[in-house]
Amino acid sequence: MSMSGRLLRIVLILLGPALAAAACRLAPILNEGHLSPAHTALIYGGLFLPLAAGAAAALSARLPACLFFILAAGLVMAAQLRFLDNYFLLVIMTMGINIIFASSLNLVNGYMGEFSCGHGGFMCVGAYVGSLISMAFFTSSKLFGASLLPPHLAPLLFPLVLIGAGLVSALFGLLVALPSFRTRGDYLAIITIAANYIIISLVENIDFIGGPRGLSGMNKTVGAMREVAEMPWMLIWVLTAVFASIVFLYRLVGSTYGKSIPAVCQNEIAAEIMGVNTDRVKLTAFMVSSGLAGVAGALYAHVYSYVNAQAFSILKSTEALVMVYMGGMGSLSGVIMAAAAFTLLVEGLRFAIPFINSLHILPAGYEISPVWKWVLIPLCLILLMQFRPEGLLGNRELSHFFPRLNKWMKRTSSEEEPDAHSGNK
Amino acid sequence: MPILEINDLSQRFGGLQALTDFNMTVGQREMVGLIGPNGAGKTTVFNLVSGFYTPTRGEIRFEGRNTSRLKPHQVTALGLARTFQNIRLWNDMSVLDNLRIAQYHWLGYGLADAVWRTRRYREREQRIEVKCREILEMMDLGEYAGELPKNLPYGLQRRVELARALSTNPRLLLLDEPAAGLNSADVDGLIRLIRWVNLEFKIAIWMIEHQMKVVMSLCQRLVVIDFGRTIASGTPQDIQNHPQVIKAYLGDVAL
Repeated sequence: MSMSGRLLRIVLILLGPALAAAACRLAPILNEGHLSPAHTALIYGGLFLPLAAGAAAALSARLPACLFFILAAGLVMAAQLRFLDNYFLLVIMTMGINIIFASSLNLVNGYMGEFSCGHGGFMCVGAYVGSLISMAFFTSSKLFGASLLPPHLAPLLFPLVLIGAGLVSALFGLLVALPSFRTRGDYLAIITIAANYIIISLVENIDFIGGPRGLSGMNKTVGAMREVAEMPWMLIWVLTAVFASIVFLYRLVGSTYGKSIPAVCQNEIAAEIMGVNTDRVKLTAFMVSSGLAGVAGALYAHVYSYVNAQAFSILKSTEALVMVYMGGMGSLSGVIMAAAAFTLLVEGLRFAIPFINSLHILPAGYEISPVWKWVLIPLCLILLMQFRPEGLLGNRELSHFFPRLNKWMKRTSSEEEPDAHSGNK
Repeated sequence: MPILEINDLSQRFGGLQALTDFNMTVGQREMVGLIGPNGAGKTTVFNLVSGFYTPTRGEIRFEGRNTSRLKPHQVTALGLARTFQNIRLWNDMSVLDNLRIAQYHWLGYGLADAVWRTRRYREREQRIEVKCREILEMMDLGEYAGELPKNLPYGLQRRVELARALSTNPRLLLLDEPAAGLNSADVDGLIRLIRWVNLEFKIAIWMIEHQMKVVMSLCQRLVVIDFGRTIASGTPQDIQNHPQVIKAYLGDVAL
């Protein structure tokens, strides 16, 4: 990339927060209700669309990225204007968290062909570490005393919480990565389950972070962000993190460096003899995977404003497995779609179960409870394994089925390609 | 200086003495062969040299450096590549990707570069791509760059495996039964190909092969092992008439 191009991108990226700040200034005027809704929409549209377009142009010229930005900007705008109720937003945010959670597991279970069933444990680490960082830095709590940083910096520095949670979870990923040097398959699967249980019991037995009572101090951070500006902050962070994680994984598995991961899966001996440091590849895959699960966990904690270790038990790990195997192992687009569909399915049960009860088709005195979720999710997994073990897309990306997508996936502006050939300019 | 020097190499698996006091040198750009009946320990030698096993005793020197305690990927990084008796390609990746990954050791960038798509990343990937395509063209595989290896006929898979081994920049290439499963027309092609690789890439080649036609026409020297012991070594002509070799292959002639 040329120097001027890089500069332009930086300016465009900085333009976003500047416009957002302007929007905050306008917010009180808008909320007083002197303006008609159409007017309000126009002002916000005028503010957010250039922000979205600028960010899209700044970060990538690829069509999916642009679409994501426009969708994300639309969601944020709709949330800001209160077109969407809180329940709907919660579903959207859960979907985003599930996308990160599932696509990170896909790196290990899909691309590397290992069977990790303790992914919930890393999410747990991320949730707790994220909460603790956020409490220590942005809130005054009994646990840490006064906040280390002024709380009004929270909206700016919140990514630090996510990064910190990700890094610590990545370290916990070693718990699984190190045994993976010597074992594979079933034995490693058992180790991962054990790791999940170890993490849960560990957290439950540390009393100062709440033990089995859970932890809820991080909601003050969300409050602090809302105090600075009344915006759907968590939605913004979830969408940002989803974008960052997908780009991270997409670029990783697209590079020769990252292709060594499926190489280890397809033939470990060949990989080793062709100069691939298989131990390092496994270490990288496990750490990246658990790190991103940690980011998902930190987001989860702040979205729900409460964490409890039991929420990340083997059942949570099973959810991740269902999403990965539903979408297709080793298919990033498949898992993203599966995570979205799965979230809707689970939320749908919330309405379906009372509906079924209201039909009175069951014998008198019998009712089905929401616990049926835990019958249906594992059942999904059994049916998938039985009838389509490779998942819906199975090792292929969406563009494989719709070749015309391929054309759109290519960069629309080819400004980077000639640079790569000519080197210094 | 010989490129490979093996001194008194022995390997024991539990109660089985797989290899006893094996000695061998391979000179620069030389072509040598290792033959012997089934179960003689030939592949064990290759597995020791390429780092899969750590020898019970003895040492392996590659370009003067003791490699007997190194891991396979470290040995490969020094410049020693091998192919397998049964083809081990990455079947769900394109032929080009197969060659690319073989350059793993020369990537010269890390996770952060890959994720940020830094200039270094783009330059290295570009260089790797150019080099891999070059090897594919040289090996007459250019048109199959985008194919999955599992969809290629057997003979081509063998050639892809050879191309992939060359992609690691070797100075010594170990071929484990390159002619296994090939018909006689393919074998003639293979002989020409190996001779050409030896000259073109200026590398030493050490092969295990059962088809006498291949070793006789390619190798300057042959080593014969049986039950883990060296029973003969010398030029192909010497070996052909060596009484112990005939005995090992055909049993006692005193019928």
